[in-house]
Amino acid sequence: MALSTGRASGTTRDLTAGAESARGRGGREPGPFRRAASRHWYAWAMVAPVVLVTALLIGWPLARGVYLSLTDATEANIGRTIGVNVIPSTYEFVGLENYVGILTSGLFWEKLTWTVVWTVACVALHYGLGLGLALMLNRRVAFRSAYRLLLILPWAIPGFVSAFIWRYLYNSDFGVINAMLRAAGLGPVGWLDDPTLAKVAVIAVNVWMGVPFMMVAVLGGLQSIPGELYEAAEVDGATPWQRFRFITLPGLRTVSSTVVLLGTIWTFNMFPVIYLITGGGPGSSTEILVTYAFREAFTSVRNYSNSAAWGVIILLLLVVLAVVYRRSLRKQGEVW
Amino acid sequence: MRRAFSAVTIVAALALAVSACGGGDGGTAAAPSQAAPADPSKISGEITWWDTVRPDSEGPTFQALIKDFEAKYPNIKVKYVNVPSDQAQNQFQTAAQAGTGAPDVIRSEVAWTSQFASLGYLQPLDGSRAVENESDFLPGPLSSTKYNGKAYAVPQVTDTLALLYNKRLLKEAGHEKAPTTVEELKQVALDVKKKTGVNGLALNVDSYFLLPFMYGEGGDLLDVQNKKITVNSPANVKAMATVADLVTSGAAPKPAIQDSYANAMTALKDGKAAMIYNGPWALAEVYQGKEFKDKENLGIAPVPAGSVKAGAPTGGWNLAIYAGSKNIPAATEFVRFMSTPESQAKVAKEISLLPTRASAYDNPDVQGNKDVAVFKPIMDTATARPWIPEGGQLFQPLLEGYQALVGGKTTPEEMLKTVDEKYRGIFKDWS
Repeated sequence: MALSTGRASGTTRDLTAGAESARGRGGREPGPFRRAASRHWYAWAMVAPVVLVTALLIGWPLARGVYLSLTDATEANIGRTIGVNVIPSTYEFVGLENYVGILTSGLFWEKLTWTVVWTVACVALHYGLGLGLALMLNRRVAFRSAYRLLLILPWAIPGFVSAFIWRYLYNSDFGVINAMLRAAGLGPVGWLDDPTLAKVAVIAVNVWMGVPFMMVAVLGGLQSIPGELYEAAEVDGATPWQRFRFITLPGLRTVSSTVVLLGTIWTFNMFPVIYLITGGGPGSSTEILVTYAFREAFTSVRNYSNSAAWGVIILLLLVVLAVVYRRSLRKQGEVW
Repeated sequence: MRRAFSAVTIVAALALAVSACGGGDGGTAAAPSQAAPADPSKISGEITWWDTVRPDSEGPTFQALIKDFEAKYPNIKVKYVNVPSDQAQNQFQTAAQAGTGAPDVIRSEVAWTSQFASLGYLQPLDGSRAVENESDFLPGPLSSTKYNGKAYAVPQVTDTLALLYNKRLLKEAGHEKAPTTVEELKQVALDVKKKTGVNGLALNVDSYFLLPFMYGEGGDLLDVQNKKITVNSPANVKAMATVADLVTSGAAPKPAIQDSYANAMTALKDGKAAMIYNGPWALAEVYQGKEFKDKENLGIAPVPAGSVKAGAPTGGWNLAIYAGSKNIPAATEFVRFMSTPESQAKVAKEISLLPTRASAYDNPDVQGNKDVAVFKPIMDTATARPWIPEGGQLFQPLLEGYQALVGGKTTPEEMLKTVDEKYRGIFKDWS
């Protein structure tokens, strides 16, 4: 308010003058923005807290992460004062150096390839098995609710707990799986000791953990397809395959497209399974992009800038994926 | 509108992936002055200590020591927090950098100390009451507490690797004595396998456990004096060939890579393997195994020698004070108390961890502990390691190489070449 007029007393005339100047003098028509603001002010007011919280919780760290990725900040050169120790801040702006360094290293492409393989394999199996189980459970079978409960169990167990249990099962000397193999007269297998087998092992665990979610989501989709459609198809003499192909799949499309996108993003960044079961080993063969970024950020003298650059690259990859995915869905006439 | 909004949500959701990265730089208030009050027993307050010992076999001894400390300083309370040794380094760095949640006192591994000090996390201790009678400390452990010539920690326990073996199994295989060279080690292991059916040697796939083989051939990772990377030397190639041969010849079964340490320990404890390399910190756990209900069955010998000498790395732990601690006087008294000869003797007597004070070895309690008596001469094989801030980065490349070597995915020459390349990325200006 325009109360800083230099006079000692704030009179009513000052107040009205201030109010008038805020409203805009001269009686001009308010612009479109102002009209929208005055008409929908309540809507803006409603979303303001959310926008504010989101900006604080996500926008600020994100902006800082992007900024750090353009510097050479590490734990050693970020300035701080701890008690009697004063470390000067000596990190500098280096532009895109970190990105160039990452993208020109063979390591990045190696990790990206494996991350893509891991994501595609996991999501395909998640969705395929989830759809199969959902179809089975959608029919009238005895003990249906018991089956559903059992199948949801892997999802209900906290991720790190299942990861540790699987790690014990896979243990090459004392694990249950190898004990069974020995009992069957076969030799033990180093499940987590061989790069290829370790990859298979982590995919298996992730599939086991991720199928229930897909199953539940698809089941919901299946139950929203009207039964009349199937009846009409049967009257028309459609085979079971045709019914599945022309009623079930189109009916599930909205659900499927959403869960597949979600599943892809989750799997791409599935940190706990890899980190807790193999720690990225043997060597660094099962290390996906996020676990590698973590290793950069949290081992020895922490390299904040480099790991932030990894993070930004991962983010960009996923943004591109999401945009392309939505485009292709829109082409098929999906509303998002 | 709706389309734009969903795009925003996607980006926002993905942003969560990135936002976890980024270091805060929380400054801390200036610490209280170092000057000790007239009467130390009047110091009051609460301090937190992060201990890294095994909670079941070693923890109770340290908790009993805390009770003694609290009896002596009735106004100080010590909060004991046990942090697994493989996570303590990381958690301390996170907390110290953020300026919240860091303990007042940390049990810091000898190789971490210089790194923490270089990052400004540790309180300098020169001239404080924490370091008492410095000349009494053994030179090896004492050197690990120094960074740029200043003391940042106090040595708590020292250790090195030795060969732990099951006497009964060796006897059954016709060997009364432990092997003293790597050739003998291979022979004894093969005999055990042949005569008793259990494995002769269980290898632990960890870089630290490769060092005895390297030192034995006269090799090393770095030459700090001349700023040279020496990991890819003929001596080390020979050492790696020896290790690979132990596996291919069947002297040691193909080791597990995941949970390698735990598997090797279990194999020894259950009598499924006759020999492992390990240090005094493992003794309390080994004696819990069914093979060693009779402690006499466990043999402890120096690591087998290579063609040059018998050498194992100097390890151990220090006690350091967090520079941002709100109660430095109490933390100082605690560190001082924990590193007295009496406290060290108590720990040595109960759980066989080796004292870092020369005078502690004269204590009858310590002399009465057989394991300490056995380990004392083995400490003579302990080879000093360079205490440099980058020390912590040396292990990962070596570990990846070791894993590939026992997995048969690489040759000793190739392995060391790869490690050498990775080291050159760490020490950019070394030759």
